[in-house]
Amino acid sequence: MRRPSPRLLLACVLFILLALAPILTIFVGNDYPLIVLTRVLILAMAAVSLDLILGYGGMVSLGHAAFLGLGAYAVGIMTTEGVTSGLVQWPLAILLTALVALVIGALSLRTRGVYFILVTLAFAQMIYFVSVGLDAYGGEDGLVVPTRSRFSVLDLSDRTSFYFLCLVLLFAAIAFVAHLARTRFGLVLRGAAMNERRMRALGFPVYRYRLAAFVIAGALCGLAGILLANHSEFVSPSIMNWGRSADLIIMVVLGGIGSAVGPLLGAMVFMLAEETLSHLTTYWQLIFGPLILIFVRFARSGLIGLFPERSGDG
Amino acid sequence: MTRLLEVEGVHAAYGPSEVLFGISLHIEEGEVITLLGRNGMGKTTTVRTILGLMRCSAGGVRWQGGPIGNRPSHIVARLGLGYVPEGRRIFPNLSVRENLLVAGRDRESSSAWNLERVLDFFPRLAERLDNGGAQLSGGEQQMLAIGRALMTNPSLLILDEATEGLAPIVREEIWRRLHQLKQTGLTILIIDKELDELCALADRHYVIEKGEIVWSGDSAALQADAGVQATYLAV
Repeated sequence: MRRPSPRLLLACVLFILLALAPILTIFVGNDYPLIVLTRVLILAMAAVSLDLILGYGGMVSLGHAAFLGLGAYAVGIMTTEGVTSGLVQWPLAILLTALVALVIGALSLRTRGVYFILVTLAFAQMIYFVSVGLDAYGGEDGLVVPTRSRFSVLDLSDRTSFYFLCLVLLFAAIAFVAHLARTRFGLVLRGAAMNERRMRALGFPVYRYRLAAFVIAGALCGLAGILLANHSEFVSPSIMNWGRSADLIIMVVLGGIGSAVGPLLGAMVFMLAEETLSHLTTYWQLIFGPLILIFVRFARSGLIGLFPERSGDG
Repeated sequence: MTRLLEVEGVHAAYGPSEVLFGISLHIEEGEVITLLGRNGMGKTTTVRTILGLMRCSAGGVRWQGGPIGNRPSHIVARLGLGYVPEGRRIFPNLSVRENLLVAGRDRESSSAWNLERVLDFFPRLAERLDNGGAQLSGGEQQMLAIGRALMTNPSLLILDEATEGLAPIVREEIWRRLHQLKQTGLTILIIDKELDELCALADRHYVIEKGEIVWSGDSAALQADAGVQATYLAV
Protein backbone atom coordinates (compact mmCIF):
# COMPACT_ATOMS: atom_id res chain seq x y z
CA MET A 1 0.00 0.00 0.00
CA ARG A 2 1.20 3.49 -0.82
CA ARG A 3 1.91 5.96 1.91
CA PRO A 4 -0.51 8.88 1.85
CA SER A 5 1.03 11.93 0.21
CA PRO A 6 2.21 14.88 2.33
CA ARG A 7 -0.43 16.99 0.64
CA LEU A 8 -3.26 14.68 1.61
CA LEU A 9 -1.93 14.58 5.18
CA LEU A 10 -1.83 18.37 5.24
CA ALA A 11 -5.46 18.53 4.10
CA CYS A 12 -6.51 16.07 6.83
CA VAL A 13 -4.62 17.95 9.54
CA LEU A 14 -6.09 21.28 8.41
CA PHE A 15 -9.65 20.00 8.50
CA ILE A 16 -9.20 18.28 11.87
CA LEU A 17 -7.80 21.51 13.35
CA LEU A 18 -10.64 23.52 11.84
CA ALA A 19 -13.17 21.06 13.21
CA LEU A 20 -11.66 21.44 16.68
CA ALA A 21 -11.52 25.23 16.48
CA PRO A 22 -14.89 25.90 18.19
CA ILE A 23 -13.29 24.55 21.40
CA LEU A 24 -11.05 27.60 21.21
CA THR A 25 -14.01 29.87 21.87
CA ILE A 26 -14.53 28.17 25.23
CA PHE A 27 -11.03 29.18 26.33
CA VAL A 28 -11.14 32.66 24.83
CA GLY A 29 -14.55 33.26 26.34
CA ASN A 30 -16.02 35.02 23.32
CA ASP A 31 -17.06 34.22 19.77
CA TYR A 32 -14.54 36.44 18.04
CA PRO A 33 -12.16 33.69 16.82
CA LEU A 34 -15.12 31.71 15.49
CA ILE A 35 -16.47 34.72 13.61
CA VAL A 36 -13.09 35.34 12.00
CA LEU A 37 -12.65 31.66 11.15
CA THR A 38 -16.11 31.43 9.59
CA ARG A 39 -15.16 34.33 7.34
CA VAL A 40 -11.92 32.51 6.45
CA LEU A 41 -13.87 29.39 5.45
CA ILE A 42 -16.26 31.40 3.28
CA LEU A 43 -13.53 33.31 1.46
CA ALA A 44 -11.58 30.06 1.11
CA MET A 45 -14.56 28.61 -0.73
CA ALA A 46 -14.57 31.60 -3.08
CA ALA A 47 -10.83 31.11 -3.62
CA VAL A 48 -11.31 27.38 -4.30
CA SER A 49 -13.89 28.22 -6.96
CA LEU A 50 -11.51 30.74 -8.53
CA ASP A 51 -8.75 28.12 -8.50
CA LEU A 52 -10.86 25.87 -10.73
CA ILE A 53 -10.65 28.38 -13.59
CA LEU A 54 -7.40 30.16 -12.68
CA GLY A 55 -5.27 27.33 -11.38
CA TYR A 56 -6.53 24.41 -13.43
CA GLY A 57 -7.91 26.22 -16.44
CA GLY A 58 -5.33 28.99 -16.77
CA MET A 59 -8.08 31.62 -17.01
CA VAL A 60 -7.07 34.66 -14.98
CA SER A 61 -10.38 36.27 -14.09
CA LEU A 62 -10.20 39.63 -12.33
CA GLY A 63 -13.93 39.71 -11.78
CA HIS A 64 -14.59 36.70 -9.62
CA ALA A 65 -15.83 38.70 -6.62
CA ALA A 66 -18.86 39.67 -8.72
CA PHE A 67 -20.24 36.17 -8.14
CA LEU A 68 -19.64 36.55 -4.41
CA GLY A 69 -21.65 39.76 -4.56
CA LEU A 70 -24.43 38.25 -6.68
CA GLY A 71 -24.93 35.35 -4.28
CA ALA A 72 -24.91 37.70 -1.30
CA TYR A 73 -27.26 40.27 -2.87
CA ALA A 74 -29.67 37.55 -3.99
CA VAL A 75 -30.02 36.44 -0.37
CA GLY A 76 -30.17 40.02 0.92
CA ILE A 77 -32.85 41.12 -1.53
CA MET A 78 -34.98 38.00 -1.12
CA THR A 79 -34.86 38.32 2.67
CA THR A 80 -35.86 41.97 2.43
CA GLU A 81 -38.78 40.96 0.22
CA GLY A 82 -39.89 38.44 2.81
CA VAL A 83 -38.56 35.25 1.19
CA THR A 84 -36.56 33.75 4.05
CA SER A 85 -36.71 30.01 3.34
CA GLY A 86 -33.24 28.73 2.55
CA LEU A 87 -34.73 26.04 0.32
CA VAL A 88 -36.03 28.81 -1.93
CA GLN A 89 -33.25 31.38 -1.48
CA TRP A 90 -30.22 29.20 -1.99
CA PRO A 91 -31.17 27.38 -5.21
CA LEU A 92 -32.42 30.65 -6.74
CA ALA A 93 -29.25 32.52 -5.76
CA ILE A 94 -27.03 29.76 -7.17
CA LEU A 95 -29.08 29.61 -10.35
CA LEU A 96 -28.76 33.37 -10.77
CA THR A 97 -24.96 33.35 -10.38
CA ALA A 98 -24.67 30.39 -12.75
CA LEU A 99 -26.73 32.21 -15.40
CA VAL A 100 -24.72 35.41 -15.05
CA ALA A 101 -21.49 33.35 -15.22
CA LEU A 102 -22.82 31.74 -18.40
CA VAL A 103 -23.32 35.13 -20.04
CA ILE A 104 -20.02 36.63 -18.82
CA GLY A 105 -18.13 33.45 -19.67
CA ALA A 106 -19.68 33.09 -23.13
CA LEU A 107 -18.45 36.55 -24.07
CA SER A 108 -15.17 36.86 -22.16
CA LEU A 109 -13.87 33.40 -23.10
CA ARG A 110 -13.68 34.55 -26.70
CA THR A 111 -10.71 36.64 -25.63
CA ARG A 112 -7.30 35.56 -24.35
CA GLY A 113 -4.64 36.67 -21.93
CA VAL A 114 -4.69 40.28 -20.82
CA TYR A 115 -7.94 40.92 -22.72
CA PHE A 116 -9.65 38.19 -20.74
CA ILE A 117 -8.46 39.83 -17.52
CA LEU A 118 -9.85 43.19 -18.64
CA VAL A 119 -13.17 41.86 -19.95
CA THR A 120 -13.90 39.94 -16.74
CA LEU A 121 -12.95 43.05 -14.74
CA ALA A 122 -15.27 45.16 -16.89
CA PHE A 123 -18.23 42.84 -16.33
CA ALA A 124 -17.57 42.73 -12.59
CA GLN A 125 -17.43 46.54 -12.47
CA MET A 126 -20.77 46.70 -14.29
CA ILE A 127 -22.36 44.46 -11.68
CA TYR A 128 -20.66 46.45 -8.93
CA PHE A 129 -22.16 49.72 -10.19
CA VAL A 130 -25.58 48.12 -10.59
CA SER A 131 -25.42 47.26 -6.88
CA VAL A 132 -24.36 50.83 -6.08
CA GLY A 133 -27.38 52.04 -8.01
CA LEU A 134 -29.85 49.77 -6.20
CA ASP A 135 -31.37 52.60 -4.14
CA ALA A 136 -34.26 50.44 -3.05
CA TYR A 137 -31.76 48.07 -1.45
CA GLY A 138 -29.40 50.48 0.24
CA GLY A 139 -27.38 51.58 -2.77
CA GLU A 140 -23.83 52.41 -1.80
CA ASP A 141 -24.58 52.08 1.93
CA GLY A 142 -25.53 48.46 1.62
CA LEU A 143 -28.39 46.45 2.97
CA VAL A 144 -28.96 44.91 6.37
CA VAL A 145 -30.05 41.27 6.14
CA PRO A 146 -32.59 41.09 8.99
CA THR A 147 -32.69 37.31 9.36
CA ARG A 148 -30.49 34.48 8.26
CA SER A 149 -31.85 31.92 5.79
CA ARG A 150 -34.31 29.58 7.47
CA PHE A 151 -33.91 25.82 7.31
CA SER A 152 -36.19 23.52 9.28
CA VAL A 153 -33.38 21.23 10.44
CA LEU A 154 -30.65 23.77 11.05
CA ASP A 155 -30.57 27.09 12.88
CA LEU A 156 -28.10 29.28 11.02
CA SER A 157 -28.22 31.99 13.67
CA ASP A 158 -26.38 29.65 16.01
CA ARG A 159 -22.73 30.60 15.39
CA THR A 160 -21.31 27.12 16.00
CA SER A 161 -23.83 25.37 13.73
CA PHE A 162 -23.21 27.95 11.04
CA TYR A 163 -19.46 27.45 11.39
CA PHE A 164 -19.82 23.71 10.92
CA LEU A 165 -22.12 24.19 7.94
CA CYS A 166 -19.46 26.36 6.29
CA LEU A 167 -16.78 23.82 7.14
CA VAL A 168 -18.74 20.91 5.65
CA LEU A 169 -19.57 22.89 2.51
CA LEU A 170 -15.94 23.96 2.11
CA PHE A 171 -14.80 20.38 2.53
CA ALA A 172 -17.31 19.28 -0.11
CA ALA A 173 -16.19 22.06 -2.45
CA ILE A 174 -12.52 21.09 -2.13
CA ALA A 175 -13.27 17.39 -2.59
CA PHE A 176 -15.43 18.24 -5.60
CA VAL A 177 -12.75 20.39 -7.27
CA ALA A 178 -10.00 17.84 -6.50
CA HIS A 179 -12.14 15.11 -8.05
CA LEU A 180 -13.10 17.22 -11.05
CA ALA A 181 -9.42 17.89 -11.80
CA ARG A 182 -8.84 14.16 -12.25
CA THR A 183 -11.79 13.48 -14.53
CA ARG A 184 -11.59 13.74 -18.32
CA PHE A 185 -13.18 17.18 -17.97
CA GLY A 186 -10.38 18.30 -15.64
CA LEU A 187 -7.67 16.83 -17.84
CA VAL A 188 -8.99 18.70 -20.87
CA LEU A 189 -9.13 21.91 -18.85
CA ARG A 190 -5.58 21.50 -17.49
CA GLY A 191 -4.08 20.37 -20.79
CA ALA A 192 -5.74 23.22 -22.69
CA ALA A 193 -4.24 25.71 -20.24
CA MET A 194 -0.85 24.62 -21.54
CA ASN A 195 -1.70 24.05 -25.18
CA GLU A 196 -5.17 24.88 -26.40
CA ARG A 197 -4.58 24.11 -30.08
CA ARG A 198 -3.19 20.67 -29.24
CA MET A 199 -6.28 19.88 -27.17
CA ARG A 200 -8.53 20.88 -30.05
CA ALA A 201 -6.53 18.67 -32.43
CA LEU A 202 -7.24 15.79 -30.03
CA GLY A 203 -10.92 16.35 -30.66
CA PHE A 204 -12.04 18.54 -27.76
CA PRO A 205 -14.08 21.74 -28.22
CA VAL A 206 -12.01 23.67 -25.67
CA TYR A 207 -14.32 26.70 -25.54
CA ARG A 208 -17.26 24.63 -24.27
CA TYR A 209 -15.14 22.96 -21.60
CA ARG A 210 -13.88 26.34 -20.41
CA LEU A 211 -17.36 27.80 -20.38
CA ALA A 212 -18.63 24.87 -18.29
CA ALA A 213 -15.77 25.39 -15.83
CA PHE A 214 -16.50 29.12 -15.68
CA VAL A 215 -20.16 28.46 -14.84
CA ILE A 216 -19.30 25.87 -12.18
CA ALA A 217 -16.77 28.26 -10.62
CA GLY A 218 -19.30 31.10 -10.71
CA ALA A 219 -22.01 29.01 -9.06
CA LEU A 220 -19.62 27.79 -6.36
CA CYS A 221 -18.54 31.36 -5.66
CA GLY A 222 -22.23 32.29 -5.53
CA LEU A 223 -22.65 29.73 -2.76
CA ALA A 224 -19.81 31.43 -0.88
CA GLY A 225 -21.68 34.72 -1.38
CA ILE A 226 -24.83 33.20 0.11
CA LEU A 227 -22.86 32.16 3.17
CA LEU A 228 -21.20 35.57 3.41
CA ALA A 229 -24.56 37.38 3.46
CA ASN A 230 -25.75 35.06 6.22
CA HIS A 231 -22.52 35.49 8.12
CA SER A 232 -22.28 39.30 8.02
CA GLU A 233 -26.05 39.81 8.05
CA PHE A 234 -25.21 42.71 5.80
CA VAL A 235 -24.47 43.09 2.10
CA SER A 236 -22.91 46.06 0.34
CA PRO A 237 -21.20 46.77 -2.98
CA SER A 238 -17.82 46.52 -1.24
CA ILE A 239 -18.26 42.72 -1.20
CA MET A 240 -17.52 42.79 -4.89
CA ASN A 241 -15.26 45.73 -5.50
CA TRP A 242 -12.40 44.80 -7.74
CA GLY A 243 -9.90 44.79 -4.90
CA ARG A 244 -11.77 41.78 -3.55
CA SER A 245 -11.28 39.96 -6.84
CA ALA A 246 -7.57 40.72 -6.55
CA ASP A 247 -7.56 39.45 -2.94
CA LEU A 248 -9.00 36.15 -4.17
CA ILE A 249 -6.25 35.87 -6.78
CA ILE A 250 -3.63 36.54 -4.09
CA MET A 251 -5.15 33.82 -1.90
CA VAL A 252 -5.00 31.33 -4.76
CA VAL A 253 -1.44 32.22 -5.75
CA LEU A 254 -0.25 32.37 -2.15
CA GLY A 255 -1.71 28.94 -1.39
CA GLY A 256 -0.62 27.39 -4.67
CA ILE A 257 -2.46 27.45 -7.97
CA GLY A 258 -3.90 24.25 -9.36
CA SER A 259 -4.28 22.41 -6.07
CA ALA A 260 -7.64 22.11 -4.37
CA VAL A 261 -6.34 22.60 -0.80
CA GLY A 262 -3.96 25.44 -1.70
CA PRO A 263 -6.61 28.19 -1.74
CA LEU A 264 -7.72 27.23 1.80
CA LEU A 265 -4.14 27.58 2.97
CA GLY A 266 -3.83 30.84 1.07
CA ALA A 267 -7.06 32.22 2.52
CA MET A 268 -5.98 31.31 6.06
CA VAL A 269 -2.59 32.99 5.73
CA PHE A 270 -4.06 36.01 3.96
CA MET A 271 -6.71 36.60 6.62
CA LEU A 272 -4.29 35.90 9.44
CA ALA A 273 -1.93 38.50 7.98
CA GLU A 274 -4.81 40.97 7.63
CA GLU A 275 -5.92 40.32 11.23
CA THR A 276 -2.48 40.68 12.82
CA LEU A 277 -0.93 43.34 10.59
CA SER A 278 -3.98 45.61 10.67
CA HIS A 279 -3.64 45.72 14.46
CA LEU A 280 -0.16 47.17 13.96
CA THR A 281 -1.04 49.77 11.37
CA THR A 282 -3.90 50.92 9.19
CA TYR A 283 -1.58 50.62 6.24
CA TRP A 284 -1.10 46.91 6.73
CA GLN A 285 -0.82 46.30 2.99
CA LEU A 286 2.45 48.24 3.17
CA ILE A 287 3.90 45.29 5.09
CA PHE A 288 1.89 42.58 3.37
CA GLY A 289 2.84 43.66 -0.15
CA PRO A 290 6.61 43.21 0.23
CA LEU A 291 5.99 39.92 2.05
CA ILE A 292 4.10 38.64 -0.98
CA LEU A 293 6.88 39.78 -3.28
CA ILE A 294 9.47 37.91 -1.24
CA PHE A 295 7.19 34.92 -1.08
CA VAL A 296 6.57 34.76 -4.83
CA ARG A 297 10.30 35.09 -5.42
CA PHE A 298 11.20 32.10 -3.26
CA ALA A 299 8.17 29.78 -3.34
CA ARG A 300 6.78 29.95 -6.83
CA SER A 301 4.43 27.01 -6.46
CA GLY A 302 2.82 28.55 -3.39
CA LEU A 303 2.60 27.30 0.18
CA ILE A 304 1.20 24.00 -1.05
CA GLY A 305 4.47 23.50 -2.94
CA LEU A 306 6.09 22.76 0.41
CA PHE A 307 3.93 19.65 0.59
CA PRO A 308 4.60 17.32 -2.38
CA GLU A 309 1.66 15.73 -4.14
CA ARG A 310 3.19 12.26 -4.09
CA SER A 311 5.09 10.61 -1.28
CA GLY A 312 8.73 10.29 -2.18
CA ASP A 313 8.79 13.36 -4.43
CA GLY A 314 11.05 16.31 -3.62
CA MET B 1 -9.30 -0.60 -51.23
CA THR B 2 -11.34 2.39 -50.24
CA ARG B 3 -10.14 5.94 -50.42
CA LEU B 4 -9.72 7.36 -46.94
CA LEU B 5 -8.49 10.86 -47.65
CA GLU B 6 -8.48 12.97 -50.76
CA VAL B 7 -6.91 16.40 -51.03
CA GLU B 8 -7.86 18.28 -54.21
CA GLY B 9 -6.12 21.44 -55.34
CA VAL B 10 -5.73 22.91 -51.86
CA HIS B 11 -4.46 26.46 -51.53
CA ALA B 12 -3.51 27.98 -48.19
CA ALA B 13 -1.85 31.16 -47.02
CA TYR B 14 -0.31 32.69 -43.92
CA GLY B 15 -1.83 36.14 -44.10
CA PRO B 16 -1.02 37.58 -47.53
CA SER B 17 1.73 35.09 -48.35
CA GLU B 18 0.50 31.96 -50.06
CA VAL B 19 2.29 28.74 -49.18
CA LEU B 20 0.23 26.02 -50.86
CA PHE B 21 -0.55 26.27 -54.55
CA GLY B 22 -3.00 23.50 -55.36
CA ILE B 23 -1.81 20.47 -53.43
CA SER B 24 -3.52 17.22 -54.50
CA LEU B 25 -2.94 13.85 -52.93
CA HIS B 26 -4.88 10.84 -51.75
CA ILE B 27 -4.51 7.98 -49.28
CA GLU B 28 -6.12 4.56 -49.58
CA GLU B 29 -7.08 2.63 -46.47
CA GLY B 30 -4.13 0.69 -45.07
CA GLU B 31 -1.54 2.65 -47.02
CA VAL B 32 1.53 4.35 -45.64
CA ILE B 33 2.44 7.48 -47.57
CA THR B 34 5.05 10.17 -47.02
CA LEU B 35 5.39 13.87 -47.68
CA LEU B 36 8.95 14.70 -48.67
CA GLY B 37 10.72 17.93 -49.40
CA ARG B 38 13.05 20.46 -47.86
CA ASN B 39 12.16 22.66 -44.92
CA GLY B 40 9.65 25.40 -45.62
CA MET B 41 8.19 23.79 -48.73
CA GLY B 42 4.72 23.26 -47.22
CA LYS B 43 4.68 19.75 -45.77
CA THR B 44 3.50 20.75 -42.31
CA THR B 45 1.12 23.35 -43.75
CA THR B 46 -0.47 20.64 -45.90
CA VAL B 47 -1.07 18.49 -42.84
CA ARG B 48 -2.37 21.43 -40.81
CA THR B 49 -4.81 22.28 -43.58
CA ILE B 50 -6.08 18.70 -43.68
CA LEU B 51 -6.61 18.82 -39.91
CA GLY B 52 -8.53 22.09 -39.98
CA LEU B 53 -5.80 23.87 -38.03
CA MET B 54 -5.33 26.12 -41.01
CA ARG B 55 -7.83 27.57 -43.49
CA CYS B 56 -7.74 26.34 -47.04
CA SER B 57 -8.54 29.26 -49.31
CA ALA B 58 -9.36 27.10 -52.35
CA GLY B 59 -9.71 23.43 -53.14
CA GLY B 60 -11.17 20.74 -50.92
CA VAL B 61 -10.44 17.93 -48.50
CA ARG B 62 -12.58 14.79 -48.51
CA TRP B 63 -12.62 12.19 -45.76
CA GLN B 64 -14.20 8.85 -46.66
CA GLY B 65 -15.93 10.64 -49.49
CA GLY B 66 -17.39 13.52 -47.48
CA PRO B 67 -16.04 17.08 -47.54
CA ILE B 68 -14.21 18.18 -44.37
CA GLY B 69 -12.36 21.26 -45.64
CA ASN B 70 -12.37 24.12 -43.12
CA ARG B 71 -14.25 22.20 -40.45
CA PRO B 72 -13.15 23.05 -36.87
CA SER B 73 -10.15 20.95 -35.89
CA HIS B 74 -11.91 19.26 -32.94
CA ILE B 75 -14.58 17.93 -35.30
CA VAL B 76 -12.00 16.73 -37.84
CA ALA B 77 -10.10 14.96 -35.03
CA ARG B 78 -13.30 13.16 -33.96
CA LEU B 79 -13.66 11.72 -37.46
CA GLY B 80 -10.54 9.64 -36.83
CA LEU B 81 -7.49 11.72 -37.70
CA GLY B 82 -4.75 11.26 -35.09
CA TYR B 83 -1.97 13.83 -35.18
CA VAL B 84 1.55 13.65 -33.73
CA PRO B 85 2.79 17.20 -34.25
CA GLU B 86 6.31 18.36 -34.92
CA GLY B 87 8.12 19.07 -31.66
CA ARG B 88 5.93 16.51 -29.85
CA ARG B 89 3.82 19.01 -27.86
CA ILE B 90 2.79 16.76 -25.02
CA PHE B 91 1.02 18.39 -22.06
CA PRO B 92 3.91 19.12 -19.66
CA ASN B 93 1.61 19.78 -16.69
CA LEU B 94 -0.13 16.40 -16.94
CA SER B 95 1.40 13.08 -15.90
CA VAL B 96 2.16 10.40 -18.48
CA ARG B 97 -0.99 8.54 -17.46
CA GLU B 98 -3.10 11.70 -17.73
CA ASN B 99 -1.60 12.59 -21.10
CA LEU B 100 -2.79 9.23 -22.39
CA LEU B 101 -6.15 9.09 -20.62
CA VAL B 102 -7.25 12.51 -21.76
CA ALA B 103 -7.05 11.34 -25.37
CA GLY B 104 -8.89 8.05 -24.84
CA ARG B 105 -12.17 7.55 -26.63
CA ASP B 106 -14.84 5.52 -24.94
CA ARG B 107 -15.16 3.19 -27.91
CA GLU B 108 -15.19 -0.34 -26.54
CA SER B 109 -13.64 -2.98 -28.76
CA SER B 110 -11.13 -5.74 -28.15
CA SER B 111 -8.83 -4.44 -30.88
CA ALA B 112 -9.13 -0.83 -29.78
CA TRP B 113 -6.16 1.04 -28.37
CA ASN B 114 -6.51 1.60 -24.67
CA LEU B 115 -4.12 2.41 -21.83
CA GLU B 116 -2.95 -1.19 -21.38
CA ARG B 117 -2.31 -1.74 -25.06
CA VAL B 118 -0.39 1.54 -25.47
CA LEU B 119 1.76 0.63 -22.45
CA ASP B 120 2.43 -2.81 -23.94
CA PHE B 121 3.45 -1.10 -27.14
CA PHE B 122 5.75 1.40 -25.38
CA PRO B 123 6.93 -0.38 -22.20
CA ARG B 124 9.13 2.59 -21.30
CA LEU B 125 6.02 4.67 -20.72
CA ALA B 126 4.71 2.09 -18.26
CA GLU B 127 7.73 2.74 -16.04
CA ARG B 128 7.06 6.47 -16.01
CA LEU B 129 3.28 6.62 -15.64
CA ASP B 130 3.27 9.00 -12.69
CA ASN B 131 6.02 11.24 -14.01
CA GLY B 132 5.10 14.64 -15.30
CA GLY B 133 5.23 15.06 -19.06
CA ALA B 134 8.04 17.59 -18.70
CA GLN B 135 10.27 15.08 -16.90
CA LEU B 136 10.54 12.73 -19.89
CA SER B 137 13.45 12.39 -22.30
CA GLY B 138 12.92 13.44 -25.90
CA GLY B 139 12.40 9.84 -27.01
CA GLU B 140 9.91 9.16 -24.25
CA GLN B 141 8.03 12.33 -25.10
CA GLN B 142 7.82 11.15 -28.70
CA MET B 143 6.52 7.75 -27.61
CA LEU B 144 3.99 9.54 -25.42
CA ALA B 145 2.89 11.76 -28.30
CA ILE B 146 2.41 8.71 -30.53
CA GLY B 147 0.69 6.81 -27.72
CA ARG B 148 -1.63 9.73 -27.11
CA ALA B 149 -2.59 9.81 -30.79
CA LEU B 150 -3.19 6.02 -30.75
CA MET B 151 -5.48 6.39 -27.72
CA THR B 152 -7.93 8.24 -29.98
CA ASN B 153 -8.07 5.06 -32.12
CA PRO B 154 -7.46 6.97 -35.33
CA SER B 155 -8.25 5.68 -38.79
CA LEU B 156 -5.36 7.78 -40.08
CA LEU B 157 -2.24 8.52 -38.07
CA ILE B 158 -0.32 11.63 -39.12
CA LEU B 159 3.27 11.95 -37.91
CA ASP B 160 5.25 15.14 -38.42
CA GLU B 161 9.02 14.70 -37.96
CA ALA B 162 8.57 11.91 -35.43
CA THR B 163 12.26 11.01 -35.29
CA GLU B 164 13.76 14.47 -35.50
CA GLY B 165 16.37 15.28 -32.86
CA LEU B 166 16.35 11.83 -31.26
CA ALA B 167 19.32 9.59 -30.48
CA PRO B 168 19.92 6.90 -33.16
CA ILE B 169 18.95 4.05 -30.86
CA VAL B 170 15.65 5.76 -29.98
CA ARG B 171 14.99 6.51 -33.64
CA GLU B 172 15.44 2.82 -34.43
CA GLU B 173 12.86 1.92 -31.83
CA ILE B 174 10.38 4.44 -33.23
CA TRP B 175 10.84 3.09 -36.76
CA ARG B 176 10.34 -0.47 -35.46
CA ARG B 177 7.10 0.58 -33.81
CA LEU B 178 5.90 2.28 -36.98
CA HIS B 179 6.47 -0.95 -38.92
CA GLN B 180 4.44 -2.78 -36.29
CA LEU B 181 1.66 -0.20 -36.62
CA LYS B 182 1.65 -0.65 -40.39
CA GLN B 183 1.23 -4.40 -39.89
CA THR B 184 -1.93 -3.80 -37.85
CA GLY B 185 -3.38 -2.24 -41.00
CA LEU B 186 -3.28 1.33 -39.74
CA THR B 187 -3.19 4.03 -42.41
CA ILE B 188 -0.27 6.40 -41.87
CA LEU B 189 0.83 9.72 -43.33
CA ILE B 190 4.38 10.55 -42.34
CA ILE B 191 6.68 13.52 -42.76
CA ASP B 192 10.35 12.74 -42.15
CA LYS B 193 13.82 13.14 -43.58
CA GLU B 194 15.31 9.64 -43.29
CA LEU B 195 14.83 8.49 -46.85
CA ASP B 196 16.08 4.90 -46.40
CA GLU B 197 13.77 4.27 -43.48
CA LEU B 198 10.85 5.88 -45.29
CA CYS B 199 11.38 3.78 -48.42
CA ALA B 200 11.40 0.64 -46.29
CA LEU B 201 8.20 1.64 -44.50
CA ALA B 202 6.01 3.52 -46.95
CA ASP B 203 4.07 2.47 -50.03
CA ARG B 204 4.01 5.77 -51.86
CA HIS B 205 5.68 9.17 -51.62
CA TYR B 206 4.80 12.74 -52.52
CA VAL B 207 7.54 15.32 -53.00
CA ILE B 208 6.54 18.92 -52.23
CA GLU B 209 8.45 21.88 -53.60
CA LYS B 210 7.33 25.46 -52.97
CA GLY B 211 3.77 24.48 -52.20
CA GLU B 212 3.22 22.11 -55.09
CA ILE B 213 3.47 18.36 -55.56
CA VAL B 214 6.33 17.91 -57.99
CA TRP B 215 6.76 14.16 -57.89
CA SER B 216 4.85 11.14 -56.65
CA GLY B 217 5.44 7.43 -56.88
CA ASP B 218 6.26 4.27 -54.97
CA SER B 219 9.40 3.42 -53.04
CA ALA B 220 11.08 1.56 -55.91
CA ALA B 221 10.55 4.49 -58.25
CA LEU B 222 11.88 6.95 -55.68
CA GLN B 223 15.01 4.93 -55.03
CA ALA B 224 15.61 4.56 -58.76
CA ASP B 225 15.16 8.26 -59.49
CA ALA B 226 18.45 9.89 -58.51
CA GLY B 227 17.29 13.10 -60.20
CA VAL B 228 14.38 13.67 -57.81
CA GLN B 229 16.55 12.96 -54.83
CA ALA B 230 19.24 15.39 -56.00
CA THR B 231 16.86 18.16 -57.09
CA TYR B 232 14.31 18.21 -54.31
CA LEU B 233 15.60 16.26 -51.34
CA ALA B 234 19.36 16.76 -51.10
CA VAL B 235 20.23 19.27 -48.40
